[in-house]
Amino acid sequence: MTPTLQLFLIISAALFCVGLLAALSRRHAIFILIGIEIMLAAAGLNFIAFWRFAPPPHQPTGVMVAIFAIAIAAAEAAVGLALVIAVYRNYRTTNVDELDQLKG
Amino acid sequence: MSSAAFIVIAVLTLAAALAAATLPKLIHAALSFAIAFVGVAAFYFLLGAEFVGLVQVFVYIGAVAVLIVFTILLTRRDPEKDRGFNWGGVVIALAVFGGLLWSIFETPALAVLAPTIKPLTVKQIGLTLMTDYIWPLQCVGLVLTAALIGALILVIEEKS
Repeated sequence: MTPTLQLFLIISAALFCVGLLAALSRRHAIFILIGIEIMLAAAGLNFIAFWRFAPPPHQPTGVMVAIFAIAIAAAEAAVGLALVIAVYRNYRTTNVDELDQLKG
Repeated sequence: MSSAAFIVIAVLTLAAALAAATLPKLIHAALSFAIAFVGVAAFYFLLGAEFVGLVQVFVYIGAVAVLIVFTILLTRRDPEKDRGFNWGGVVIALAVFGGLLWSIFETPALAVLAPTIKPLTVKQIGLTLMTDYIWPLQCVGLVLTAALIGALILVIEEKS
């Protein structure tokens, strides 16, 4: 039995939900960033799987979108971690539950 | 595409991602995160997108994982007293997973095998990037430059 497109989509969905779990249930800001990165990787895996299983006239569109998604994810990680460092410097915490100054 | 390799990579990736999401110590989670991304890169190799797999290894394990480890070291004095786990997140993640599984199984067009394709060479990818995708490429360059400058401005020390 060789893997079908369905199997790849199931793996990718599971990976996405693990990332969602990390982003929603952890309170440390770096864990939330890790969860978002895992979700982005799951989306990239979906693009590559659909590209590979597409019927013949073959365009490299899926590969291009995956490369651009990796670049955007790297920019997002850099800015996110810079924000974590800036918040830590001002508030001495990285727990997102304690950052509630905008609460009315 | 062999099924044995698929099962090994799937188990490795999902186990490492789950460890990254649930381990209490941050540095262990960061290392599991790197292993999970090795698994995703292995999936790319299995699917015949070798260039994307290599880019994934360079960017995620070479840059993002190192950035995360440095951020952990810079914010280490934070007492990790709150190991609390929000169980509402587990419920939402399981509900989303159920919905995704339902929609995957309800779509019969997805149960297809991979067609045989010509391997996608790096030369071909480069030509496509420089012709059809030149505008997205320039925009991504602009986004990366802006993100780099923005990250530097965010962490710069203000002299008072």
